[in-house]
Amino acid sequence: MLTPKSADKCMRTLFWGAGLFILALLAAFLIYLLAKGLPHLTPAFLFGKSSDIMAGGGIGGQLFNSFYLLLLSMVISLPLAVGAGIYLAEYARETYLTKAIRLSVESLATVPSIVLGLFGMILFTTQLHLGFSIAAGALTLVLLNLPMLVRVTEEAIRTVPATYEEASIALGATKWQTICRVVLPAAAPGIMTGVTLTAGRVLGETAILIFTAGTTTSRFLFDPDVTAGGETLAVHLWYLMSAGLVPDREAISDGIGATLILAILLFNLLLALPLRALSKRQG
Amino acid sequence: MTGRNNTTRTDAKSWHRRQLFFDKAGAYGVIACSVLMTILLFSIIFFVGRQGLLTFQAVSPIDFFFSAKWEPTAGAFGAASFLAGSLLTTLVAILLGAPLGLAGAIYLAQVAPPAIKKILRPAVDLYVAIPSVVYGYMGLTLLLPFLRDNLGLPSGFGIFSAGVVLAIMIFPTVLSLSADAIHAVPSPLEEGSIALGATWWQTLRHITLPAAAPGITTGIILAMARAVGETMAVEMLIGNTPQLATSLFQPTATLTSNIVVEMGNTPFGSAWGNSLFLMAFVLLILSLFLILLVRHFSARKEAA
Repeated sequence: MLTPKSADKCMRTLFWGAGLFILALLAAFLIYLLAKGLPHLTPAFLFGKSSDIMAGGGIGGQLFNSFYLLLLSMVISLPLAVGAGIYLAEYARETYLTKAIRLSVESLATVPSIVLGLFGMILFTTQLHLGFSIAAGALTLVLLNLPMLVRVTEEAIRTVPATYEEASIALGATKWQTICRVVLPAAAPGIMTGVTLTAGRVLGETAILIFTAGTTTSRFLFDPDVTAGGETLAVHLWYLMSAGLVPDREAISDGIGATLILAILLFNLLLALPLRALSKRQG
Repeated sequence: MTGRNNTTRTDAKSWHRRQLFFDKAGAYGVIACSVLMTILLFSIIFFVGRQGLLTFQAVSPIDFFFSAKWEPTAGAFGAASFLAGSLLTTLVAILLGAPLGLAGAIYLAQVAPPAIKKILRPAVDLYVAIPSVVYGYMGLTLLLPFLRDNLGLPSGFGIFSAGVVLAIMIFPTVLSLSADAIHAVPSPLEEGSIALGATWWQTLRHITLPAAAPGITTGIILAMARAVGETMAVEMLIGNTPQLATSLFQPTATLTSNIVVEMGNTPFGSAWGNSLFLMAFVLLILSLFLILLVRHFSARKEAA
């Protein structure tokens, strides 16, 4: 039987083990992905056209589609999400309507992305006749962005000190003027942090895009046509692993893995951390 | 406004009126944005549900839920093996992921020195940010060869592999929410226990963890919701064979993986296609149910 003191020591060691395991596993993943993928990341690979059968294809079209879809979906969802965030933080009293809205946002956040993908397939791809296209993909991605963005906007607005608003109202500004000129600028760093973290998730999203943006790309590189097929990096990685015909599919997969990880490190560390520090300094 | 003539005064008046109009319009605008969230949720339920429920024109509910015979070309649509696959994979993922998440949460909240805390938070966020295809890809290139070489398995595909990778994907959810819950336990509770002579571990086990239990449960339920709906990593590791698994190392399929594998081959509106939408509808209902469960626990947390 353990004495209470030695049980204490034992458990402490166990939790140290868990914590260090978590850090070590992440480090191992990152080193593995980057070590395997970085040697493939030549300009010809990153910006070249992909090939269906021959070895030596690039990922230029997929790279472009990934960021293009991200940009389009953000442009559509950000104003809507900020609007809903403003309502929940500034206007909402605890009515049934507000409760219903909160529950909807929470529920939307947990709807599996494959279900969102099938909804997009019914509504945008089939009923609105958009086909497997960048437009259908971007519209479906909006559903994924919205709940995350609404939550971060509401939180960011709530951290703005009430005295800012009271001062503005006391000077005779309307509520709307106060929101536009005082609250939103003060909340902007917090909102931007949320946008970058959401962007990181959108970049790696796959299930939602297979049946909306499809698994093909435009014949032309860097084609801004929204009716073209919108295969992204993540979808291409899945497609190669499950149905790819090119002989060098492992090399390409390694390269895509490293590209995705680099993009996510960029969003998470280089953009989000400084923004978070900025919003802390203000708050 | 002194020293200005009448035209600027009427300008000021109309400017003022415009501002009042913006004030009203803005309020209605943000309400519209919020109501859109509810509309979206209901249209998802409506469209996916309607398409899915059309399945029952061709298949009886009993066959769909309780038969494991899935031969779409022969008209047999029994989804029991997918349901079982989804539930078992989630179970394995929770059994492995929840303890790791909880242990990590305790480490983060109470054991780790400040320097490690500063690294551990972003590290956990990074786990969440790694795309699920990349997890699937690592499962294929790291875990499966390891299982084949060390356990002598023919392929390594199956519930175990998918569950292990899922566990790594969902433990951060358990970790963050549990760490928050442990942080939120009022410190006088813990101080009282320590003052009575309890050790740190006794305090943690008998005071802190029970007080944080609703928050920890919330984390585990949300992690379950993620695990049930996770698609890509599971699809790459489960083996995609529509059969009831008799062992954890046998290729099988889940609701999500089967949708991805077969949706591309089915004509839209056929019984086969509709049955895939019905699987999605089952997933949707399951995740909505889990959210209501979370609500229940967080209501208890507030009451406590």
